[in-house]
Amino acid sequence: MMRMRSFSRTAEGAATRQGLAVALATSAYGISFGALSVASGLDVWQTCVLSLLMFTGGSQFAFVGVIAAGGVAAAPAAIASATLLGVRNAAYAMRMAPLLGGGPWRRAAATQFTIDESVAVALAQDAPRARRVGFWVTGIGIWVGWNLSTFAGALLGDVLGDPRAYGLDAAAAAAFLALLWPRLRGRQPLAVAVGAAIVAAALTPLLMPGIPVIAAAAVAVAVGLFDPRRPTVAPVGTAEEKGMP
Amino acid sequence: MTLWTAVLLASILCVALKAVGYLIPARVLEAPRPARIADLLTVALLSALVVVQTLAVGAAVVVDARLPAVGVAAVLLWARAPFLVVVAAAAVTAALLRLWGWAT
Repeated sequence: MMRMRSFSRTAEGAATRQGLAVALATSAYGISFGALSVASGLDVWQTCVLSLLMFTGGSQFAFVGVIAAGGVAAAPAAIASATLLGVRNAAYAMRMAPLLGGGPWRRAAATQFTIDESVAVALAQDAPRARRVGFWVTGIGIWVGWNLSTFAGALLGDVLGDPRAYGLDAAAAAAFLALLWPRLRGRQPLAVAVGAAIVAAALTPLLMPGIPVIAAAAVAVAVGLFDPRRPTVAPVGTAEEKGMP
Repeated sequence: MTLWTAVLLASILCVALKAVGYLIPARVLEAPRPARIADLLTVALLSALVVVQTLAVGAAVVVDARLPAVGVAAVLLWARAPFLVVVAAAAVTAALLRLWGWAT
């Protein structure tokens, strides 16, 4: 990304191109979300509402994943999983608030576009104006592209029939792994990932679908609360960039 | 609870979390602990979702075509393949294993 800057005339131009490139790549996998969601038992419109309103990929995949495993009975667990995965967006918003400039109206407008990718592109820029341009181009670009591709994927999933014959259940697992992968840098995230995986696997035969995932979240809280070491990573601009697809 | 209620409730909660971030003063995040927990929470949930989505059928643990498919995905991620390639390759792997009858 740093190299792109030297080709461009202005920092805002570079931020725009980066934002559009990220938007294009991210939007493409809205197709897989749309198809998976319909395969999980949601209808086309419920699938579209998730992308329009929830608009945070990890939570959307989590919601339909839990519904696929446990049906409507698992709805409370699906809501809890999606919400817990959305907690990081609150952290992103705290980071973006001072960078956005403007008053409460601009922040209100930015709320829905505050996701992994828009924050990552914004923080990858140096100049304040380029950061704002990067945020808005990426956020709005993905919102438009993600919703169009979700709709296309949902229609496609509707005509496919049995999702297992196309390996869509494995595709969902791979999607979670791909979202997890860039976050596994460092010993602590790796330890939390392994701990959470063991907890989830051990509890699956014992509890209702969806609950093992929420129980695994306790591993993160425990490690985060009781780790006596000072965190080694600087908070600004590291966690967010790890979320890059 | 109907599926529609769940879709709307989960969506509203996720939007509310984004809004909360803009209302909380930034110095809360300067405390290292909340920032670290938010980061690790994402890792733990995604890791648990990988396991459940790979091995669970309802409340049973089942090894089937999903496990080799996720293995293929891991190799591709290690080779820095793009998201869509990883997801598509996993789907194709599972679909072919089932088509050939090598796995359920």
